[in-house]
Amino acid sequence: MVATGEPRIAARFAALKAEKRSGLITFLTAGDPNMETSLEVLKALPAAGADLIEIGMPFTDPMADGPAIQRANLRALKAGVTVKKTLAMLTQFRKTDQMTPVVLMGYYNPIHAYGVPAFLKDAKAAGCDGLICVDVPPEEDQELALPTRAVGLSFIRLATPTTDAKRLPKVLQNTSGFLYYVSLAGITGVGAVDPAAVAAAVQRLKAKTPLPVAVGFGIRTASQAEAIARVADAAVVGSALVDCIGEAAAGGKKPAEIVASAAALTRELAGGVRRASRQ
Amino acid sequence: MKQIPNTFKAGPDENGHFGIYGGRFVSETLMPLILELEEAYRAAKADPKFQAEIDYYNTYYIGRPSPLYFAERLTKHLGGAKIYFKRDELNHTGAHKINNCIGQILLANRMGRKRIIAETGAGQHGVATATVAALFGLPCTVYMGEMDIERQQPNVFRMKLLGAEVKPVTSGSRTLKDAMNEALRDWVTNVADTFYIIGTVAGPHPYPAMVRDFQSIIGKEARQQMMDAEGRAPDSLVACIGGGSNAMGLFYEFLDDAAVKIYGVEAGGHGIETGQHAASLTGGVPGVLHGNRTYLLQDADGQIIEAHSISAGLDYPGIGPEHAWLHDAKRVTYTSITDTEALDAFQMCAKLEGIIPALEPSHALAFVKKLAPTLPKDHLLLMNLCGRGDKDIFNVAKALGTKI
Repeated sequence: MVATGEPRIAARFAALKAEKRSGLITFLTAGDPNMETSLEVLKALPAAGADLIEIGMPFTDPMADGPAIQRANLRALKAGVTVKKTLAMLTQFRKTDQMTPVVLMGYYNPIHAYGVPAFLKDAKAAGCDGLICVDVPPEEDQELALPTRAVGLSFIRLATPTTDAKRLPKVLQNTSGFLYYVSLAGITGVGAVDPAAVAAAVQRLKAKTPLPVAVGFGIRTASQAEAIARVADAAVVGSALVDCIGEAAAGGKKPAEIVASAAALTRELAGGVRRASRQ
Repeated sequence: MKQIPNTFKAGPDENGHFGIYGGRFVSETLMPLILELEEAYRAAKADPKFQAEIDYYNTYYIGRPSPLYFAERLTKHLGGAKIYFKRDELNHTGAHKINNCIGQILLANRMGRKRIIAETGAGQHGVATATVAALFGLPCTVYMGEMDIERQQPNVFRMKLLGAEVKPVTSGSRTLKDAMNEALRDWVTNVADTFYIIGTVAGPHPYPAMVRDFQSIIGKEARQQMMDAEGRAPDSLVACIGGGSNAMGLFYEFLDDAAVKIYGVEAGGHGIETGQHAASLTGGVPGVLHGNRTYLLQDADGQIIEAHSISAGLDYPGIGPEHAWLHDAKRVTYTSITDTEALDAFQMCAKLEGIIPALEPSHALAFVKKLAPTLPKDHLLLMNLCGRGDKDIFNVAKALGTKI
């Protein structure tokens, strides 16, 4: 059966629950270090153990991201990636994979420039399941969250350590698919996750929402992924993978070698996640 | 949008929108912080003690009111409108930026914040922030693009003398927009104790309205001073615009004076047609960056394009959202001036009036040079001379091919 939109995400989390384990969500920047290699990395991720994939849409001014993803954005922009090319990459991926949920993640301006209705229509047609937009908070829901849900895509919101009990209902209100908990106040790829603090935060969130809770920021190693997988429904790894791709590309590695490095790291992280079986 | 149609002074609405512009486009980590800031500012604004503190520093520290000066020789030279300068270049630290910094640091104090951060382009806002941080004994970190550090060495040294840490920004285009990205990254990492002093009428709500309020003393004083000098309000206003804080400071008071013509002057760099400029209204389209919707220099894919101006203070690919709204509403006429025209005006002002203006208001002056001769002699033209040019002499010398 081919699922689309919200069902593909829901189906994946249901399957994880049945397997009594947490999921691995991997992030890559579209077009990093170039379109062809990036597509091959994307295709290799599910077999290496990625349960859900986030594709970053490059932006010149990624103000919530640390140096690793900033560099990835610049590499991708230099390689000429655009929103259209990112969606085309997803279309190609869907020819080989109908089951892995894919979430597009980025900043609002490139979507704004593309036009929200056109973007949502094209993203859905390309096989996107959900959207994470870093700089559109609940206060601006009519801009993007509501139109996204109206076309049947998930709008995945971030909750953070600064999201207190008073604010949480507002964050949850129009969130769908899953909730992304940002493990630390800060930018991506800087600092290390504190599993005990995360466990408490996830419990607090789960008391208020039936949605699965994924945790990201500060997870780089298999053992960190394992620790988070014990307490959350999924662990998100971004900067570590992006660094792996960036270093391989900078070292002059061939596309096949870059793909192999990214797949190897993904297998290692997936191993960590799978060691943490849940009841 | 809950604007009362017969006023231009009611904005923003409760969500920080000026028409379709403005808003609060920030990450979730920052949302609680800007909501708290908005609440604290609302309370401060209603507290006479807060205003009294601002008044005290305005008078005894900044040196306000700044004079309204009749530029007689310039008026004769151009042979048209009667030209007045609002001399905010005589403020402590040499520009209008300090008006806003005093307001924000007093608010930071009320909120119990222990650390100050800021972004800077030309270094004027960085110097003003470092100044108030020194005055109130708070540690201060200023983010500045590597490119700007190279071209504004005197201000970098000033900030260091004032005890601030100047952090070079090496990401992106290494100019003001990247400094703002980096300041936001700092803020999101140090949420518990840090106050971010934004230097212009941009950023997420409440910054555009708050900075405008702190700068609006320029227009309030100017109205009274013009009444004293001429017995009536000015006929037209001219100010330069990067983010647009000195312009909003002058314009706001007069927005509902229908007879007053208002001109905002953007930086045309090498010329709009070359694509190398910083004129967001003239050469940009609406988008979302740094917390607000406004006109931005961007490509068809929504990627931000680097701005260019000889003046580092105008070298920003966006503009305050209230200006975007006033542009669409056609209340203010926005135009642009090239690097070369600004350089000519810079030299003219020095020779005719004995005032070395900053390169930023030299753009306003270059437009005055075009406008004044077309107007009658009883026309009162008021220009905001918002900064002095000491910081620019090295760059101007370089541009003129002079070794100093």
